[in-house]
Amino acid sequence: MSIAEDLLEVNHLKKYFPIKSGLLNRTTGYVKAVDDISIQIRVGETFGLVGESGSGKSTVGRSIVRLIEKTEGEVKFKGINVYDLGPEELRKLRPQMQLIFQDPYSSLNPRVRVGDAIGEALLDHGLATRGEIRDHVEEVLRSCGLSSYHIDRFPHEFSGGQRQRIGIARALILNPDLIIADEPVSALDVSIQAQIINLFRNLQETRGLAYLFISHDLSVVEHLCNRIGVMYLGSMVETSSRDELFQNPLHPYTKALLSAVPIPIPKLKRERIVLKGDIPSPANPPLGCKFHTRCPFAIGRCKEEVPEFRDAGGNHFVACHLA
Amino acid sequence: MSSMSEISTGKVPKRTPLKSSIWKQSMHRLFKDKLAVTGLIVVIIMFIACFIGPIFSPYSANKIHMNIMNHPPNMRHWLGTDGLGRDVLTRVLQAGRISLTVGLASMILSVFIGTLLGAIAGYFRGIIDQIIMRAADLLLTIPSLPLLFIFGALLSEWKVPTDYRMYIVMVMLSLIGWPSLARMVRGQMLSLREREFMQAATVLGLSSRRKLFHHLLPNIVPLLIVIATLNIGGSILTESVLSFFGLGVMPPTATWGNMIDAANNMLDFQNRPWLWIPPGFSIFVTVIAINIFGDGLRDVLDPKKKR
Repeated sequence: MSIAEDLLEVNHLKKYFPIKSGLLNRTTGYVKAVDDISIQIRVGETFGLVGESGSGKSTVGRSIVRLIEKTEGEVKFKGINVYDLGPEELRKLRPQMQLIFQDPYSSLNPRVRVGDAIGEALLDHGLATRGEIRDHVEEVLRSCGLSSYHIDRFPHEFSGGQRQRIGIARALILNPDLIIADEPVSALDVSIQAQIINLFRNLQETRGLAYLFISHDLSVVEHLCNRIGVMYLGSMVETSSRDELFQNPLHPYTKALLSAVPIPIPKLKRERIVLKGDIPSPANPPLGCKFHTRCPFAIGRCKEEVPEFRDAGGNHFVACHLA
Repeated sequence: MSSMSEISTGKVPKRTPLKSSIWKQSMHRLFKDKLAVTGLIVVIIMFIACFIGPIFSPYSANKIHMNIMNHPPNMRHWLGTDGLGRDVLTRVLQAGRISLTVGLASMILSVFIGTLLGAIAGYFRGIIDQIIMRAADLLLTIPSLPLLFIFGALLSEWKVPTDYRMYIVMVMLSLIGWPSLARMVRGQMLSLREREFMQAATVLGLSSRRKLFHHLLPNIVPLLIVIATLNIGGSILTESVLSFFGLGVMPPTATWGNMIDAANNMLDFQNRPWLWIPPGFSIFVTVIAINIFGDGLRDVLDPKKKR
């Protein structure tokens, strides 16, 4: 894999949120939401980022588009270091790198008509003239499975699934090269999830989009992604191609996640790994391997030594002493 | 709100009725609120009476008739005449013009200043925010009525022409009124800018101008309408108080406040109620009606209030 091919390159990204307390509002500690994450995404590829709630997946996505400012590390998009850009340069770059939000209800302004919400970014970036916009909006609405008569409506007149399509249309109209999808389907019911996921797939085939697909739902990720990274408590614990990860998971956390995926064959018995307890506080992560407090296979070494994130062969990276 | 929509205006000139539904629905709910509608009707009647009424009056508001001084209400002078033989009804209506104009104009000015400064402070934060909000705090710490008195006394001292005083009073009232409004607008801005749809606007790379005028301001319009409405009532009251103390608009130009002031002695108070009841009643009815209407508006436009 050569560096030049990478559309997005995230190197050792860290995001620490300061914890302030006391009368003087002094920083007494840090929540290590993202702790040394590296991701490479190539043109037209889909990278799935999975992990349970609070593992820092969304923070990764938001740090990449600079909705949240990173603490350390670098984010390179098409070879451009995103954090070196000034506000206006960043604004000019934004159309190429779009974010789709998790909540289709709060991510649309209730007082902006759908047509305006979708088309206004084109105007601000000078990508279309006022006269052309309506055509562009109608076209992108159709490709997202909405109708052109929806243009003059307000967001509250739509269902959750339709709103999510509006959010997708809003990102697509800018013709981005990368879409960061932050749990785009988890707020939707299952039948609509399938529609949206198929929409994502079709768009990738027709437009050659690359996705960073953030999700906690492994079956969704399996359906969409080429490569998958598993996050736990702000760190990457395992990265590999989809097939390799699903057939040969190396990290116990990945195994536990996979064993929790429901399978539609009731008679098939399999071993279910149930994790005890909750994810530990990222303000005070466990020493050694972060997962050892919940790991069914933990040995003494796990409590003391941080496992290296190493190649276990065939581009299959894992951070575990036992794998 | 149609100006908000740029894209739709191009090709399809006609919209189907369901489109402007947020406002339509609100208006529909408002018209179901009997009390608010009553308030609105009273305000409208007051405006029509004050601005059109004097045209049909056979009397001049300021012309002195020494032969018909202090007549009680009769068929020729429905509300009697005052100490200088002027028709009280004509004067009350004429005064209403001034009072309502002062109320409206100072409301518009203070809403404009308050919204602008509050929006700038809330959107840009940092040092601009600090400067604007400390200025607002400073103004809020000074008791407004004594401040207005001092201003009024200064104006009298400087012998400012009476014609100008009305405008100066308007400006004074709005300078007193903007800080609390700016605070509210700023607070709204601060909470709105953290909302997810504003993050979405950032990711889309929208310009500051569009974020401010197309995304943030439309969301505070309901709040502004309510505050503006309630503000008119307050301005009318304050202007009346100033005029009553002889520090606002000066006689012979009639305002409700200085008409009551003219009856400010025991003799008139006890024996000639037609001098002070009509202007007093006008103030009372107008302010109450405006406030009731404003309350109704708030109930309709506040999305947090469950119906």
